[in-house]
Amino acid sequence: MHPIVKLVAQRLALSTLLLLAASILIFVGTQILPGDVAQSILGQSATPENLANLRAELGLNEPAVSRYLSWLNDVLHGDLGTALTNGRDIGESIGYRLKNTLFLASCAAVISVPLAIFLGLLAVRYKDRWPDKMISAVTLTSISIPEFLIGYVLMYFIAVKLGWFSSVALVNDGMSFFEKLNAIALPVMVLTLVVLAHMMRMTRAAILNVMQSAYIETAELKGLSTFSVIARHAFPNAISPIVNVVMLNLAYLVVGVVVIEVVFVYPGMGQYLVDHVSKRDVPVVQACGIIFAAVYIGLNMVADIVSILANPRLRHPK
Amino acid sequence: MPKQLDFIASRVTEGKMTRREFMGRAAALGVSAAMASTMFADAARAAGPVRGGTIKIGCSGGESSNTLDPALVASEVPLNVLRHWGDTLVQVSPTGEIVPRLAESIESTPDAKTWRFKIRKGVEFHNGKTMTADDVLKTIQRHSDEKATSGALGIVKGIESMKVDGDVFSVTLSTPNADLPYLLGDYHLVIQPNGGVDDPAAGIGTGAYTVAINEPGVRHGFTKWANDWDSDRGYADSSEILVINDATARTAALQSGQVHMINRVDPKIAKLLGRAPNLDVRNVSGRGHYVFIMRIETAPFDNNDLRMALKLSINRQEMVDKILRGYGGVGNDIPINASYPLFDDSLAQREYDPALAAEYYKKSGHDGSPIILRTADGAFPGAVDAAALFQQSAQAAGIPLEIKREPNDGYWSEVWNKQPFCASYWGGRPVQDQMYSTAYLSTADWNDTQFKRPDFDALLLQAKAELDLGKRKALYSEMAGILHNEGGLICPMFNDFIDAVSNKVGGYDSDPNGELMNSFAGVKCWLT
Repeated sequence: MHPIVKLVAQRLALSTLLLLAASILIFVGTQILPGDVAQSILGQSATPENLANLRAELGLNEPAVSRYLSWLNDVLHGDLGTALTNGRDIGESIGYRLKNTLFLASCAAVISVPLAIFLGLLAVRYKDRWPDKMISAVTLTSISIPEFLIGYVLMYFIAVKLGWFSSVALVNDGMSFFEKLNAIALPVMVLTLVVLAHMMRMTRAAILNVMQSAYIETAELKGLSTFSVIARHAFPNAISPIVNVVMLNLAYLVVGVVVIEVVFVYPGMGQYLVDHVSKRDVPVVQACGIIFAAVYIGLNMVADIVSILANPRLRHPK
Repeated sequence: MPKQLDFIASRVTEGKMTRREFMGRAAALGVSAAMASTMFADAARAAGPVRGGTIKIGCSGGESSNTLDPALVASEVPLNVLRHWGDTLVQVSPTGEIVPRLAESIESTPDAKTWRFKIRKGVEFHNGKTMTADDVLKTIQRHSDEKATSGALGIVKGIESMKVDGDVFSVTLSTPNADLPYLLGDYHLVIQPNGGVDDPAAGIGTGAYTVAINEPGVRHGFTKWANDWDSDRGYADSSEILVINDATARTAALQSGQVHMINRVDPKIAKLLGRAPNLDVRNVSGRGHYVFIMRIETAPFDNNDLRMALKLSINRQEMVDKILRGYGGVGNDIPINASYPLFDDSLAQREYDPALAAEYYKKSGHDGSPIILRTADGAFPGAVDAAALFQQSAQAAGIPLEIKREPNDGYWSEVWNKQPFCASYWGGRPVQDQMYSTAYLSTADWNDTQFKRPDFDALLLQAKAELDLGKRKALYSEMAGILHNEGGLICPMFNDFIDAVSNKVGGYDSDPNGELMNSFAGVKCWLT
């Protein structure tokens, strides 16, 4: 078997194992959440008999191990169960939310990843001169401001004062693709600003590191322009750390944007998860947890594989 | 000058002048802004309702875990949704009277024990079936089922038997209750076909709108129900509720014209927001109150002198000014204010009196150890700050309070109704009887102050059965006196409901029963 195929297969198997471990953690985690589902659903106004009835109805009295196994079995068969709080099919609700989350994340990624890498290259090209300093200053400032504040500021100036884009980023199936893009313009801007700095700085650092190498000197001595030295010789060799940080930021765009979802009223996964955690709706929390874990593990696996493929030393291990 | 004013007002009525133009002209004629605003509203209302368009409400208080089942409604968004598609037997008007809805008329036996509701004819459910007294019976039965998890279970508990006789639905109570119609006006008790037994969350009712889009925690959409029995509502062709829980986002949505009205404006920004040209901030004093609860059966609160010392050492006006920013009224250590029918305003207002408080504190013989007050942001907006104010004003009377901050998560299950002294919130009820029965009757589940007084209970029962309003008022006033002087409730303030409404909206009238016209705004307003 070709060593690359073997390596990739190894990574896949490891990721699957990791996901299984994550599923156990998620299940245990939801079991030790303080508080009681029935109490949380019925709220302040619950009477004791209400609570007892609901608890029995939800099957909260069975042992944890058997609940875990039957849950895992259902998940493997694609059945995420029904929400305790509103009796809706979780798969259906999550499908809609996940689609939205992925849409927002990919729009933000399509803008931010190339932009970050381009700015990183530019910063290296003009290292320690004003473009480099300005790019670093602007991106570091934007990452240092809390994202909700950037959201509010953009909302105030762009949506309220100028009236260009919508402050409510509600998308639905009845909208055309361009209407959707228009609706999510502001959250995409905020997310781009938030993830830009991390990726840009990493690109800059990785390439600068490579720039010290002898072959770069050779390329320069050949008379290549600075930018093409960076783009053709330095960048391919710096790809591994860059891909890693890009994947981390993509994962963040999928699982970590609940604040942006709240500020812009965007119907994504984060808000869905938070609502159900506060109501102790365990099946939904578990389903969201396993999806988030899968996204994280999957993206990191992709990063690993790309690093291996991009790096001859890893590609041909001795 | 009045002639010119009349002229510009008539231009408004004809729909030929916007609010901004009107305000400008009125100001030029020397009319104050507040006056002009009122005149504009009157002139616009004179034009009468306008049909068509889509009303959009930006509403806080919704989660993705919400359901359409009326029995489980407990927050603002699901309540607004419920008002769109369903009707109750009766409604409480903004002035506190009972308005018959699906019941056409109401009568009771002189002892207030048996009540007869004549059910309106020719009302059609959204599924095409005609509403009958039998549907009413089934609905109330569903909510009274001990196994059901209805939020109205406590309300319908006192019903001994129900029966249907032609188009009359009658209820017999185990103990007389002159306020039964108010209880049956509870929002949970929306009449559903066959009582909603088959599918409680179907969203089929007799309301002005049918449910078109139901995406809990995101948005809810409605279309006009063509066969609506009531022509004085449902002016817009469709209506939409956007769930916007973030206060800043809600305000921005209103300011940028994406919604026509919002609820729960933050008191901190209400005055600023009111200056925006295209909208009005509307506040109304409600029955909800922010409280500190002492549990009477737990030491040291079993000592009435200590309770009195604490009641005297809180500065109520300061709380209203600083916590509510003036959007509210001072409380008087009873859960009742002037928004309730039969309120007796002769009960003297308790004032902040550190000297007298110190005297009571000394008399109580408390050992001087700090008294622990538990609070959390989720207890009520500003609860942590309110506790700090309380601590300082008590300090002046030499009473040591220690603030213990609790997490929001689990506050209502772990702290409230369990810990001896904590901050809390009550939403208020339509009538005094219901408020007292819910939280101050010895046997009540939510008697959070452990106020157990047989004489108080007896007065409550007596008032319940009393159909003579004068006598009832006297009984309530006697009860208020007992609670005021001996209860475990420290009630510093009643909060206002603060909405903000775009000037494109007509027909908005404040309702002390709740936010957004008691959640009827989407159904009763129109777009001008």
